[in-house]
Amino acid sequence: MEYEPVIGLEIHAELATKTKLFCSCSTKFGASPNSQVCPICMGLPGVLPVVNEKAVEHMIITALALNCTITRQTKFDRKNYYYPDLPKNYQISQQYFPFAKDGFLEIKLLGDEKKKIGIGNIHLEEDAGKNIHLENGKASLVDLNRTGIPLVEIVTKPDLRSPEEVEIFMDTLRDILLYTEVSDCKMEEGSLRFEANISVREKGQTHLPPRVEIKNLNSFKIVLLAIKHEIERQTKMLEKKEKVLQETRLWDEEKQITRLMRSKEEAHDYRYFPEPDLPPLFISEEEIEKIKKEMPELPNVRKERFITKYRMNEYDSRIILSDKETADFFEECLKLGENVYPGTSIFSKDIANWIAGPVTRYLNEHNTPLSKTQITPQYLVELISLVNKGLINQNTAKNILPEILEKGKAPQEIVKEKGLIQVTDEEEISQAVDKILKENQQVIDDFKKGKTNAFSFLVGQVMKSTKGKANPQTVNKLLKQKLEIL
Amino acid sequence: MELHKSTAHELHNLLVEKKISSLEITTSIYERIEKLDKKINSYITLTKESALQKAKGVDKKISKGEEISSLSGIPIAIKDIISTKEIRTTCGSKILSNYIPIYDATVIEKLKKADAVILGKTNMDEFAMGSSTENSAYGVCRNPWNISTIPGGSSGGSAACVAADFAPLSLGSDTGGSIRQPASMCGVVGLKPTYGRVSRYGLVAFASSLDQIGSFTKDVRDTAIILNIIAGHDSMDSTSVPEDVPNYTKHLINNAKNLKIGVPKEYFIKGTSKEVEKTILNSIETFKKLGAEILEISLPHTEYAVAAYYIIAPAEASSNLARYDGVHYGYRTKDEGRGARDGDISAIVDMYERTRDEGFGDEVKRRIMLGTYALSSGYYEAYYLKALKVRTLIKNDFDEAFKKCDVIITPVSPTPAFKIGEKISDPLQMYLSDIFTIPVNLAGLPAISLPCGFSSEGLPIGLQIIGKPFDEGKILQASYTFEQNTEYHLKKPKLN
Amino acid sequence: MKNIINKKDVEYVARLSRLKLKGEQTEKFTRQLNTILEYIEKLNELDTSKTEPTSHVVPLRNVRRKDFQKPSPTVEEVLKNAPDKERGYFKVPPIIE
Ligand SMILES: [Zn+2]
Repeated sequence: MEYEPVIGLEIHAELATKTKLFCSCSTKFGASPNSQVCPICMGLPGVLPVVNEKAVEHMIITALALNCTITRQTKFDRKNYYYPDLPKNYQISQQYFPFAKDGFLEIKLLGDEKKKIGIGNIHLEEDAGKNIHLENGKASLVDLNRTGIPLVEIVTKPDLRSPEEVEIFMDTLRDILLYTEVSDCKMEEGSLRFEANISVREKGQTHLPPRVEIKNLNSFKIVLLAIKHEIERQTKMLEKKEKVLQETRLWDEEKQITRLMRSKEEAHDYRYFPEPDLPPLFISEEEIEKIKKEMPELPNVRKERFITKYRMNEYDSRIILSDKETADFFEECLKLGENVYPGTSIFSKDIANWIAGPVTRYLNEHNTPLSKTQITPQYLVELISLVNKGLINQNTAKNILPEILEKGKAPQEIVKEKGLIQVTDEEEISQAVDKILKENQQVIDDFKKGKTNAFSFLVGQVMKSTKGKANPQTVNKLLKQKLEIL
Repeated sequence: MELHKSTAHELHNLLVEKKISSLEITTSIYERIEKLDKKINSYITLTKESALQKAKGVDKKISKGEEISSLSGIPIAIKDIISTKEIRTTCGSKILSNYIPIYDATVIEKLKKADAVILGKTNMDEFAMGSSTENSAYGVCRNPWNISTIPGGSSGGSAACVAADFAPLSLGSDTGGSIRQPASMCGVVGLKPTYGRVSRYGLVAFASSLDQIGSFTKDVRDTAIILNIIAGHDSMDSTSVPEDVPNYTKHLINNAKNLKIGVPKEYFIKGTSKEVEKTILNSIETFKKLGAEILEISLPHTEYAVAAYYIIAPAEASSNLARYDGVHYGYRTKDEGRGARDGDISAIVDMYERTRDEGFGDEVKRRIMLGTYALSSGYYEAYYLKALKVRTLIKNDFDEAFKKCDVIITPVSPTPAFKIGEKISDPLQMYLSDIFTIPVNLAGLPAISLPCGFSSEGLPIGLQIIGKPFDEGKILQASYTFEQNTEYHLKKPKLN
Repeated sequence: MKNIINKKDVEYVARLSRLKLKGEQTEKFTRQLNTILEYIEKLNELDTSKTEPTSHVVPLRNVRRKDFQKPSPTVEEVLKNAPDKERGYFKVPPIIE
């Protein structure tokens, strides 16, 4: 018997606002406990909520990015449950008239196949605080700094069929949220959190078996581990003809398994009712149009464009589109390449290679974002054009890149200062080759015996003797010619 | 001079004419409270020190010739459900017995800006749940007209202290009649403004879609004066209405000509005392004589109001009162930390349950359970949603009626003040005593209670005048005209 | 009197509302709640199938504030009324998952 998993996700992303959803406290991460708390977010008797307009804007963007229908008259509801990090003991959320619904996100599977993952609804709600459990088990401590930070909850339809699809979906969604600056998506700071619903059925069936909900998934890695584990667990049960029950499970980080959460029947009796303290929000056509105009091109659309228009490969496009800044940098370079250096054969391919290659390597090694470096699109284009014009060679270019990134110096200036202009004069290179050949009889013998690395050694020696300035193609050509006649 | 008997506007004139100081007024009122409030128990907390300080400050301003507001140096009492920074705010409950707010309600900020002198916090039914001020963790409040009867509720303390001359005026809150009913029973003027007219920020929520802050005064002029101070849009309250606030004292016009008064037949029903009915009919007669046009109107869904109210209010309350759990403020059980004893619940849940069991009185528990039940899985549509729909019908009734008339006149309460203990063991009977005031809250309308007569036992009876949304002005005009042509408001209880 | 709500319902509701009821209290509340709920059944006399619910009596809409930060009170103020606290946190009995 072949089985297939049916997976749905619930994603909570903290919206990137300066202040909380219903009060003017800061949302900055990492402040000392209870230092970003006011009467409103601590739920003192008598306080009232007022909606942050920025959060509403972010919701409209998210809804548009996920192709949802925006609810024109959206309302807030109270979700009632007791927990010490929820000072009102109710969460202001949206149940009956969620912000938007019936959308989809198109993901690109391996092998270029595309798949639409349905979005059931997205809604706006407030985050809870944090509980710290003391190790002696005698008490817990409560920090309300996070209480009231705006969250978007995105609920997918159960359209995902494998951990691989889940991974691609999560990547695509995160790119969108990052790109539209709706959320900073920092999982380590809890800005992005997942819950998964999983059931397993015989392949070919269409019914939805009872689903198991898994909570507490705090990284992409854990989401995938938990889903894989749960698929295995349920498949084994089905093979043994056991019945899978609808239940809530938690990921146990220590044992690397999912385990059953206490199931109290009232756990799900949230007693939703319309929030009397907040009038409905009307989202007008004009408001949506205005935001649509200001919205950046979404990363998946942009990627499509990069691949078709610039024939960028999958790897380069992934890196260049990993954040909006890098992608913008790329397009800026392209524009300059066409405008500033006409006819210099600055190809998009070169720019892509440079960004995805040496630049990204440097950023990774130094763990720094592009914005923190001094490089400008002009400098990169200049650098590439120096190489393409044959004024410096590729190696020299790579060697001076850190100086451009760190000091913001123009490549031309560095090249001039250090006398790095490439030697293309065949006469000069020929002399250098002759000199090296004279000094390395043993290597020539090795070469004659068929040792191929002997040739590269000789090239290296010539380059060294010209301080790297010799044009490598010329060196190659001359060396080959001279070795043949020796 | 018997300062304590004076109205706020009389005191204001004396202050402006420098015939008396705010310190003298404040001191004399405290003397009276200290001597006589033992009998009434209208205050939970007195703030004498800060009050005297404030009074001195105002006196200094006056002596320097600075211009003062209509409430500068005037003492005022505040229902203990309105958040006052650095002044304990109990809501009449044990669960907030040690709670000292770190912020002021918007109305308190406004009063402070107007230099009013806050005398203290008044007694009330716990979390405003009740119609008699018997449900207070700080002792029963009594009616100054007869101390064996209730003062009404839930703002019983705020009504009684004005009736007993322990304050020239006070603030209360009205969710289902909690200003108008005690005003009626204590023989003072009580106004519940339109929902959204006065900011609720800092009013501890009972039923958020019904709660509204209002005032108790000795005459209609003072009602207009304090409304001028407390009304207005507040960006801290999303349900506060951004409409201009007129100068309400300009509506104090002694003229009932061309005033169209609706009298709903559904408000003259079995169960209303003959004395009350007669008194109200007399008042209608008075209006007629003053030139008003009297029309019979119909509010057909009136009889469903109490039932709808007792779903909506407890449902909202069950959620609003969830926050009192002993975690962040207020009372926490002394019996915590022993952990779960029956094994079924965690130590934190055990702490919640003990705290709430010890901290809340029976009426509060009853309403929390009623509301929780109405919202619980499977019942939401049958109860809560149904009640919200009936609310629409009730609101539509008023909209229809107001197409024909300017104001509506009804009784406030079916009976004058009843005896302490008379209804306390029968919740439904207690609830039904608010039958004439509840529809107004469901429709969000403004309404006043005005002294209009006395029972054979000498207990005050009130007249309710209901207005269109944001038309407090018309209510004030009708009330002022009635007051100028009658003398009920001048009678005082004997308290010695 | 009708039996709209029984003892078990009352216990369930009490648990949902974090109220601890003792022996005869449960019975008293069951009785009183039944009286009230029986009265409330009156609402079923009305046909509301074509009526919209009113959750906000004033027709306000789109009340929003600017995303503008204001200083929060000090931690001392925030914890001023806390029944128990430790190192800047609210302290509560252990929350067992
Ligand atoms: Zn806050």
